[in-house]
Amino acid sequence: MASIEVGGQTIELDEEGYLIDLASWTPEIGTALAKEEDVELTDEHWDIINFLREYYEEYQIAPAVRVLTKAVGKRLGKAKGNSKYLYSLFPYGPGKQACKYAGLPKPTGCV
Amino acid sequence: MSSKKFMFVNRKAPYGTVYALESLEVVLISAAFDQDVSLAFIDDGVYQITNGQDTTGIGQKNFSKAYKALGDYDISKLYVEKESLAERGLTQDDLMDLVWEDEDDDWAEKSSIILVSREEMAAVMAEQEVTLSF
Repeated sequence: MASIEVGGQTIELDEEGYLIDLASWTPEIGTALAKEEDVELTDEHWDIINFLREYYEEYQIAPAVRVLTKAVGKRLGKAKGNSKYLYSLFPYGPGKQACKYAGLPKPTGCV
Repeated sequence: MSSKKFMFVNRKAPYGTVYALESLEVVLISAAFDQDVSLAFIDDGVYQITNGQDTTGIGQKNFSKAYKALGDYDISKLYVEKESLAERGLTQDDLMDLVWEDEDDDWAEKSSIILVSREEMAAVMAEQEVTLSF
């Protein structure tokens, strides 16, 4: 099983790099997961990551990209609620990549 | 890809078997493919969308909140059979307040729940191109 070291603790990941124990997530783990993929998280990244965590808290699912895009547009403004902006932050796919850093499961329907 | 009328028919209680959760997952996936998706809740399936579900005693994840996200997935037609509710001593007040936001109407929240009689349900089912039963 894959794992990463964060602050002296070993964090277990599944074969695709997603957190096994969702409850163990901390912002430091999010930063470390991004670093694994050579991504430096900015405030813009964190807006999306925090949004995803709130969405999961409320609905118990990670939203599909289309749903994420619409919801971000509503919450953070039209300039950010489009796939071009989201892909510029998360080039491997906003659902897949941002959910990983947010410590959430891969979105349902995401292959 | 052309859009088809899909209906997912839910007949079983939310926990105890995996049908309800599996159905919900397929529903969310199908919505990503821009299909015209509706859901039917019949028999014990009506319990899937009841208020105040608590799974702490059975150690399972309470996924009932996910039904509230259906509106975000443009799934706004949840047909609930009146007879099934009545046979279980339930009314619409026992169901979650499931809504969708109408983008063309200044994001007004509208109820997704459509109460239909057994006869009306049969007619809605007859209109479908794809029916999946869980």
